[in-house]
Amino acid sequence: MRPMSAIALEHPRTRTTAVRGGIGRALLFVLVLAALWGLWEGYRWLWIREGWTKPFVVNDITMPHLYGIFHQLFVPARVNGPQLITLLCHSALFTAKEAAVGFGIGATVGFALGVILSHFGVLRRGLLPYVVASQTIPIIAIAPIVVVGLGNYNIAAWLRVAVIAAYLTFFPVTVNTLRGLQSADPRAIELMHSYAAGGWAILWKLRVPSALPYLFSAFKVSATASVVGAIIGEAPSSIPDGLGGAIINFNQYYTLEPKNLWATNLVAACLGIFFFLAVVVVERLVVRRAPEHLA
Amino acid sequence: MSAGTPDAVVSIQSLSKVFGKGGVTALQDIGLEVERGEFVSLIGPSGCGKSTLLRIVGDIIEPTSGTVSVNGKPARRARLDRDYGIVFQAPVLYDWRTVAKNIALPLEMLGWDRGRRADRVKEMVELVDLSGFEGYHPWQLSGGMQQRVSIARAFSFSPALLLMDEPFGALDEMTRERLNLELLRIWDEIGSTIIFVTHSITEAVFLSTRVVVMSARPGRIAGIVRVDLPQPRTAITREDPRFFELVTEVREQLHAVGADEVLEEATLQ
Repeated sequence: MRPMSAIALEHPRTRTTAVRGGIGRALLFVLVLAALWGLWEGYRWLWIREGWTKPFVVNDITMPHLYGIFHQLFVPARVNGPQLITLLCHSALFTAKEAAVGFGIGATVGFALGVILSHFGVLRRGLLPYVVASQTIPIIAIAPIVVVGLGNYNIAAWLRVAVIAAYLTFFPVTVNTLRGLQSADPRAIELMHSYAAGGWAILWKLRVPSALPYLFSAFKVSATASVVGAIIGEAPSSIPDGLGGAIINFNQYYTLEPKNLWATNLVAACLGIFFFLAVVVVERLVVRRAPEHLA
Repeated sequence: MSAGTPDAVVSIQSLSKVFGKGGVTALQDIGLEVERGEFVSLIGPSGCGKSTLLRIVGDIIEPTSGTVSVNGKPARRARLDRDYGIVFQAPVLYDWRTVAKNIALPLEMLGWDRGRRADRVKEMVELVDLSGFEGYHPWQLSGGMQQRVSIARAFSFSPALLLMDEPFGALDEMTRERLNLELLRIWDEIGSTIIFVTHSITEAVFLSTRVVVMSARPGRIAGIVRVDLPQPRTAITREDPRFFELVTEVREQLHAVGADEVLEEATLQ
């Protein structure tokens, strides 16, 4: 071989180190989970024993046992009905559909808006304040308007909820698209000019790939936000099929059976985490970047 | 059409560049002709505008006055006709593209089909001695290898003119000398014209057919040294007494324009 081949290459991670890293991470996850569990039960036990009432009274209503919450998942929700977890899984699936479509719409619109705003300085200066303002309006104030407004157009109820999820999703994508597109190396842009590349080629071959790490940071925020948006959006639409419907339902019976609501929250959190992890997986597959440059 | 010898690839006439309104004069009254197949180095103290001159020739920035023509065309036209290849001091590779795809980038811009691109990439990878590394990403390569990819990319579409802005400035001495030899080999094989900005006197003399010595503030051409060392140049060339004479000549011209920092660097070597 020629001498230059002797130049050291960065060694890819070997399989054993990857496995060891995976085991370590799993162990850490279990440890933190155990610690949180201990904190919850310890707090509960201490406050009940000492009879403390600040900041709130601790009893089976305000803080059920964690194992009780888990156990509740496997108790039939109605007499002779299916287990709670079966119901909640159906609800979660329904909400996931709304959230996923909402995320898709929001990410697409957010990205397109970012590209347009980054390209036209006048629009950026003129419109950006309103884009920011759109996010200062509470979603519960927007939701009924969207749901009722779109209802006039014969759009399916779940799709209207998806629009609300999209409303919560697009903003981080727009902001990060703007930043990401500007992050391209100026010399790389000069290089593209030297190839007589047009704006479109520079956008797709340089600016967008440069923006990908920024985009994925936004997608991570947006993915979880879309789940929250879908859950909140179900309330004013009175859709009973999703997690939002389940939460409203169990809210009304909270003093009778608080564990149902807690179990629902648990499933909602899992759905959010699932969305987040899905983005992480896609990022791993799509973004090819030096490890130190990964956002 | 601008005046100049018919074989001139680059013709620069009474060119000046002032940055800002009534600000710093970076270049003053530059006139230079570069003929086909030449290897011309620009050397001078920092702030002499040698990189600025290169960027004006490449139509990256515009001159304040004067004209630049490349292949008989204005610089802008030549850029749009893709007459230039550019190599910067940093490799400026696209992290998300493999070595092969980085080299293919200008070919994509030229609208070459996949098969033709693949053939050319294969040739270029062999030319810069990177066979086997086609599928690697830039951050998996050493600095010298990255710069090789950058050179392959610049040569890939056989531009009439290659503009190189201190391409080996960030590399260690051994890598630099090896890449100097490789560059000369590629220049010889492809037969292109090169304008090369450098800080190193020995590098300028070793590579060039002519060395253009520039003075600082305002940047002017202080003198031109014709390098009559035999071609092709090899490692032995560096031991030729004529090589040392020419290095001394360039050094004295630099001294005359007060380029002490370049000289300091030269004595350190």
